[in-house]
Amino acid sequence: MSTRPWTRDRIENVVFGVLRWVVIAVLVLATLLPFYYMIILSVRRLDEVVQRPGLLWPGSFDLSTYVSVLASPDAGGQGFVVFLRNSAVIALLTVVFTLLAAIPGAYAISRLEFFGRRQVSTLFLAVYLFPAILLAVPLFVFFSAVGLRGSRVGLLVVYVAQTVPLSIYMLRNYFETVPVSLEEAAAIDGASRWTIMRRISLPLAMPAVVSNALYVFMIAWNEFLFALLFLAEDRPRWTVSLGLAQLAGSIEIPTTVLMAGSVLLTLPIIVLFFLTERLLVEGLTSGAEKG
Amino acid sequence: MSERTIGTAGPRGQQRTVAQRDARFGQLLLAPTLLVVVVVVVLPILWTFVLAFQDLRVIDLRRKGIFGSFTLDNFAAVFTSPGFWTALRTTLLFSVVGTIGSIGVGLIASLALRRGFPGRTFVRASMLLPYVAPVVAVTFVWQTMLNPQFGIVNAVGTSVLGWDDPVAFLSQRSTPVSVFGLEIDVPVALLTVMAFEIWRYFPFAFLFLTARISALPGDLEEAAVVDGATVSQRFRYVVFPQLLPTIALLAVLRFIFTFNEFDDIYLLTGGAAGTQVASVRVYDLLTARGDIGAASAQALVLAGVLVVLLAVYFRFVGRPTEADT
Repeated sequence: MSTRPWTRDRIENVVFGVLRWVVIAVLVLATLLPFYYMIILSVRRLDEVVQRPGLLWPGSFDLSTYVSVLASPDAGGQGFVVFLRNSAVIALLTVVFTLLAAIPGAYAISRLEFFGRRQVSTLFLAVYLFPAILLAVPLFVFFSAVGLRGSRVGLLVVYVAQTVPLSIYMLRNYFETVPVSLEEAAAIDGASRWTIMRRISLPLAMPAVVSNALYVFMIAWNEFLFALLFLAEDRPRWTVSLGLAQLAGSIEIPTTVLMAGSVLLTLPIIVLFFLTERLLVEGLTSGAEKG
Repeated sequence: MSERTIGTAGPRGQQRTVAQRDARFGQLLLAPTLLVVVVVVVLPILWTFVLAFQDLRVIDLRRKGIFGSFTLDNFAAVFTSPGFWTALRTTLLFSVVGTIGSIGVGLIASLALRRGFPGRTFVRASMLLPYVAPVVAVTFVWQTMLNPQFGIVNAVGTSVLGWDDPVAFLSQRSTPVSVFGLEIDVPVALLTVMAFEIWRYFPFAFLFLTARISALPGDLEEAAVVDGATVSQRFRYVVFPQLLPTIALLAVLRFIFTFNEFDDIYLLTGGAAGTQVASVRVYDLLTARGDIGAASAQALVLAGVLVVLLAVYFRFVGRPTEADT
């Protein structure tokens, strides 16, 4: 057909053209297979899994795992309904309190000139990069000493303190893209700073606020270390993450039942993520494009 | 700056008032956040220094109170215990492999997905799943997949790939493997948690590199095509140099986060079979042994090592500029 010579350019185009699809196929398989396996295993019967461990489709179909994992311990289940409620409450409260603190804070850092502004920015970046385990030791000791370990208020405060700095950082970048001239126009019309922030900057920054809220929700919903340190001894207060981790070591609970629990833990995050993927990605990488 | 322009609208006296009012308002807006961060983050960290110099155990907390006599024993114990040096070596190895691996895979992924194809949006979104999914759920799935009795990896390995025995990926410290007649001890569990780390965090690098790549100006590459540069040459001499600042920043961020990683290893192996990194050791000292002083000292040394490593990095590679962050 073609009589073109096999130059280096042509060879590379063919090789990388093929390699590209191989890489895509491997990556898709590697990222999605564990999630697919999770769903499949949650509806199989344990004895059938043990007999045919290599099966990639449901050899048996049994939804009783979900009933068993959700039902309360009194009814012979694992009580995941309570865990789900605990997680939802603490994640939503974290989002509310984080945004209440972060929106004014981000506005102040991006728009207002005041003493200590730079230092505060540096402090927040340091907090974001700080090892959680270093923070875990004194907080664990303090909450134990004052008898507040097991208190969900304590956990909420820790979550808010950990998410606010990141949140301010994400929102600040967005506030800076709002044209200053809009605010000036309002100021000339006699609007106060508070009114400008609420009526002009905040509505314009809404996409960033929403993506930020989702990110904070995910962090709080997925959080494990502090939930483990504070709530481990108090089963009725466990979050889903903690509940699954604590029960995963038990040999009495069938793996398929726990797999159903892990689907319930993952599903809300994945649904939220696919609904808002574009918004979230833009919020996270804002600033990265500038290079 | 807005406040200065707003100020020019009025006479000179008013200008100062606007600036002052803005400053007061700014501090007021930040006050709640600052209060929470200082109380829950800054003060506890300062307190860790106090704790590290005390002989304090969890069971004594209620009885003895939180202020005892000062001692250097904790630091002496940290530096003389063989467990500390092993944990530090494991942490460094884990961090270096995890950082390079996740950035490497992320770079390959972002290059492979650079040109459009039907379904790219879906593929891009699924690349991010390991990163956004709850860590407890994904570690549990990995544990199950790697299970020697009924995990799918060992089922495929023994029946399709011809392994003699199932491999206990997460509980076997090492296994001898012969390569070209040489017997080499392969740290099985450590390699497995490294693989997990790369799997879970390559999306982070992928996300940032994709954003950077899509913002690259096209004319440089077009010029390179005209000059007859091949695909690999265009990557080596045109694309890669422009990605370097992003890669350098990612390297710092990923190294910090991997160095401090706790969840992944604690959930996968509990720190057993040669995977005890420093943060898992801190947790063990605190909860299993209830030794607050030792845990604090170990945590501080961990942070100190990280600070020193970062200082060395910035000294030789250079500080990321404001534009990178």
